[in-house]
Amino acid sequence: MRKRRLLLRIVLTLVAAVFALGFLMPTVLTFTNSLMSETELTAHYGAVFTSLSKPTAYMAEGASLRIIPDKVSFSQYITVLFKSPEYLLKFWNSVILVVPIVLLQLGVAAMAAYSFFRYSGKMRSVLFFFYVILMLMPYQVTLVPNRLVAGWLHIYNTRAAIILPGVFAPFSVFLLTKFMRRIPPSLIEAAKLDGASEWRIFTRVCLPQCRSALYSIAILVFIDYWNMVEQPLILLSDPEKQPLSVYLSTINAGEVGIAFAVATIYMIPTLLLFLHGEEYLVEGITHSGSVKG
Amino acid sequence: MKRSLPKNRKAGSLKRRERLAGSAFLWPSLAGVFVFFIVPFFVVCYYSLINNPIQHEFVFLKNYVALFHNSAFLLAAKNTLTFSVTAVPLAVVLALVLALLLEAKIPLKSQFRTFFLSPMMVPVASVVLIWQVLFHYNGVVNDFLAVFGADKIDWLQSDYNQLVVVLLFLWKNLGYNMILFMAALANIPRDLLEVADIEGASRWFRFWHIKLRFLSPTLLFVTILSLINSFKVFREVYLLTGDYPYEGLYMLQHFMNNTFGSLDYQKLSSAAVVMAIAISIIIALLFVVEGRFGKDVEG
Repeated sequence: MRKRRLLLRIVLTLVAAVFALGFLMPTVLTFTNSLMSETELTAHYGAVFTSLSKPTAYMAEGASLRIIPDKVSFSQYITVLFKSPEYLLKFWNSVILVVPIVLLQLGVAAMAAYSFFRYSGKMRSVLFFFYVILMLMPYQVTLVPNRLVAGWLHIYNTRAAIILPGVFAPFSVFLLTKFMRRIPPSLIEAAKLDGASEWRIFTRVCLPQCRSALYSIAILVFIDYWNMVEQPLILLSDPEKQPLSVYLSTINAGEVGIAFAVATIYMIPTLLLFLHGEEYLVEGITHSGSVKG
Repeated sequence: MKRSLPKNRKAGSLKRRERLAGSAFLWPSLAGVFVFFIVPFFVVCYYSLINNPIQHEFVFLKNYVALFHNSAFLLAAKNTLTFSVTAVPLAVVLALVLALLLEAKIPLKSQFRTFFLSPMMVPVASVVLIWQVLFHYNGVVNDFLAVFGADKIDWLQSDYNQLVVVLLFLWKNLGYNMILFMAALANIPRDLLEVADIEGASRWFRFWHIKLRFLSPTLLFVTILSLINSFKVFREVYLLTGDYPYEGLYMLQHFMNNTFGSLDYQKLSSAAVVMAIAISIIIALLFVVEGRFGKDVEG
């Protein structure tokens, strides 16, 4: 019996290890491949990306996946960082789109969530229900309205066309309301008895209580927009303004070495957030686990 | 009586002032939602019912009829549905397997959780290159399969191309679903499981008759959430294959994107409305499910 238990544990651990390997591989490979020199990459992947790069003598027949570079080289990074400013520009494009969205969305949402949290009533439940529906709508539905408004306000092909709808996206309102409902009512009551104004209760009692919630939502919103593709494709016609997420897919095969380096640079911000805030992320996901408030 | 009257009125006005202040907090968000989503959506509905933005002639359902005769739209709808039917069950079952794995007595649990969750934080654009190296005609997967004597195929240009995207979808989404299941598993009353243990219930019995019963609302929730996520899979496909992929990967968002190119608002609007209706039906389902089971698993 005990032997069977042990065997089961070993099997389960192995299964978990296999899954873990599968989950980690793509990320790790992207990183290690970014440390290979151009010649090494052509030697390994020449067959995959031949259509554009010139065939060379070192080219392999098939692609051999290399996990560890023969010789660690930072040449790709040097090229990206110092010789080709267009990548850094696209990285900056991503930053300047995403950071305002995250900050403003949280600000607007915190106020709205506070309102949903403090005041209930038929009207509020209907509105909240409405926010949930809107939150679940895919881009196929929301982008047509977004494109129309961009035309009306003459912001088509500007960053505002992406930032403004992002600021008012209902996701954080929904999640923050759920977090706020866990604040003990006695705290609010006590502040009210002290004669605090609503604004004061909001900034001095409610927000400090929600600090970790705000952080977990910020992570979720950040990763969502850092990864965006649909909005810039439709709302920005100018290739110069595209964020790195879209631009990466247009780097052609001839520059595969650079592409790996850029891809790695691109995942650094989100991975750092993850390493720092995994617990918050888990908390945020857990709270999204039901559509009701 | 006389004395209490002004007091009451004061209390009443205080209440009203409070309510007004409360609404003030909602205003910024509500105004934005109206301007950027609600009002234009009504205009979209209107556009879907007229012949063109210049004449504004009311044509009722003509645009919808045209849409359902549009071969590109039908192909996109079919592909999107096929994808959902394959990807969603896998996304649910495998996520549950992962959650159960992490519940079992295995070493390095928290590390495993981190590993399983990590793809969620990696932008798809970053790993697309690796996917191409893996599934190219001369790629690694073919080399590997050749060991078993399989023929080489160009995965992304073949009938198996959806499989490649399903893998990417699972890689990205399993972690999120897994966390939802883990939360639900943690909510199962411990004493119930302990009693079952003392009574000598088998592992299998405990899973089917206790755990699964408590998990059923989460199971449905995750299913519907994954279904909604599967409609968003365009992102992965676009990054892998661009605007015009091989037939099996032409998704609804491709149809929208390419229609945006020609700015055919009638086609776009009717497609958006059809999608909105379809998603609303799914959401209604979600609410019915929550209403029925949600009470046991609030949290």
